[in-house]
Amino acid sequence: MARTRVLIPTGALGLAYDRDALARGVAARPDIIAVDGGSTDSGPAYLGRGVSKYSRATTKAEWRDLMLAREQAGVPLVIGTAGTCGADATVDWFYDITCELAQELGQKLTVTRLYSSQNPPETAEAFTAGQITALPAAPEIDADLIQSCSNIVALAGAEQIAAALKTGADIAIAGRTTDTAIIAALPILRGANPGGAWHGAKIGECGALATTNPASGVIQIDFDETGFTMEPLTPSARATPYTVSAHMLYENTDPFLLHEPGGVLDVAAATYTALDDRRVRVEGSVWRPGTYTVKLEGARIAGYQSVSLTLLRDRSYVANARGWVAEVAARARGEAADRMGLAEDQFDIELRLIGLDATLGPLEKSGPLPSEVGVLAIATAPTEAQAAEIGKILNPYLLHHALTEDEPMPTFAFPFSPAEMPRGALYEFCLHHVLTLDDPMSAFRLVTNEVGDD
Amino acid sequence: MIELGQIAQKVRSKNAGPFWLTIDIFCRNRVDFERISSALDTEMVAALFRIDPAQVKRFDIADLNVVKFSLPRPAIQGTRSDRDMHGAAWAVLLEEMEIA
Repeated sequence: MARTRVLIPTGALGLAYDRDALARGVAARPDIIAVDGGSTDSGPAYLGRGVSKYSRATTKAEWRDLMLAREQAGVPLVIGTAGTCGADATVDWFYDITCELAQELGQKLTVTRLYSSQNPPETAEAFTAGQITALPAAPEIDADLIQSCSNIVALAGAEQIAAALKTGADIAIAGRTTDTAIIAALPILRGANPGGAWHGAKIGECGALATTNPASGVIQIDFDETGFTMEPLTPSARATPYTVSAHMLYENTDPFLLHEPGGVLDVAAATYTALDDRRVRVEGSVWRPGTYTVKLEGARIAGYQSVSLTLLRDRSYVANARGWVAEVAARARGEAADRMGLAEDQFDIELRLIGLDATLGPLEKSGPLPSEVGVLAIATAPTEAQAAEIGKILNPYLLHHALTEDEPMPTFAFPFSPAEMPRGALYEFCLHHVLTLDDPMSAFRLVTNEVGDD
Repeated sequence: MIELGQIAQKVRSKNAGPFWLTIDIFCRNRVDFERISSALDTEMVAALFRIDPAQVKRFDIADLNVVKFSLPRPAIQGTRSDRDMHGAAWAVLLEEMEIA
């Protein structure tokens, strides 16, 4: 079989990369250019809202470079998890950017969109029919909770990416996929060793993170029938057996196993060999086929929030900050219940002490007293208006609450006016489950268009 | 007694998806790895995070001089009680842990 060379410009579109290294990668005649566009790592709001984390301007600037690189290389360009969350809305957002660029660059292109969004009522039916299975540490769910999701996506694997490539796409814009699928798909389609394909894809999914110079971004991976060879394209970046093998640790609960649609990758017996001081050869990775399942991600609204920040600088208030916030919270809770008619379990007021334990909360050990403490007041309520009301109820206490009755009224430091800031909806991830499919494409859809001028 | 972070090269904690946290303790050499590996008690690590030790997965990887722990996140990522969206700050609990 022919070697399949995959050019990976960066770990995620929007994170920047070495442009000279990208040009070197294009000159090395890749078979495909693959880039990741998202992850759950920035939290549930992006999926919940169906929006991108990165700016449109940055996304367009970096995508422009990759569209030019694709034109020069004359090979397909594929992005996975377009627009951070990979919901249909962000796939279309990304398609609009692509159409604009095609016009601006005078490129005539076949563009295929792979949609990963799921229809919540249908997902609820699949749950009732027993086609959805919980993964370890999954939250309890039921059909109503599934229906309440604002967005649900399924993570596409190599089969769905291969189907998108088979449309003859110059550019494939994929919704939610596993991080690895966009890299593994073409090598598997062309007969590469599947263990090597998935393992190389995991090593390459963060760009140059598995090298000595993570920020350089650009790498290429050659796949064949026994394994893969990884090479960073910035001269100062080196891949070593250590940097490559250690990458299986990254954001992965098990350093030897990686679950993908249709099976599991096992790297326990993999060997890592330095070909020279900057290229590594990997063989012996094993793909174990299994039931065809795809992971689901879902996000839903869990209330609305208003936040305020006040700063305590007075030494006696810094020393007694815990008692102070307990009193402020208790009074505000009482007023919110009495004056707004809310039951205690309908709303929440939490005051976090920045400088004492805002990061770790109850897991923090006590440390020395700081010179100041920030009090981050978080009000959560069923509606946006109620959250704003609780923020206003908190306001006078956060500004003036005195620890003792016989002292002049204190005034603390608000950095902003208004002091309370609407944060909009609080989203939460509520699915950590897999959906069993008879046909890998049954949960996904392809749309192909011709775009740009001729 | 010495803080683990004074022996380890790096302690890294990251999300492994929204529901799990994974912590990698990188050691400079085999001697440091064996010292940390033998001194670390999985139950003590579970206690730092106030979770059931049965839920902690542990990997002592001599080839990489790495001790790895994976555990359900102290709070599911992004929920009301979560304080650290990317899960990176929890590494300090191990860095600052005193070991023999």
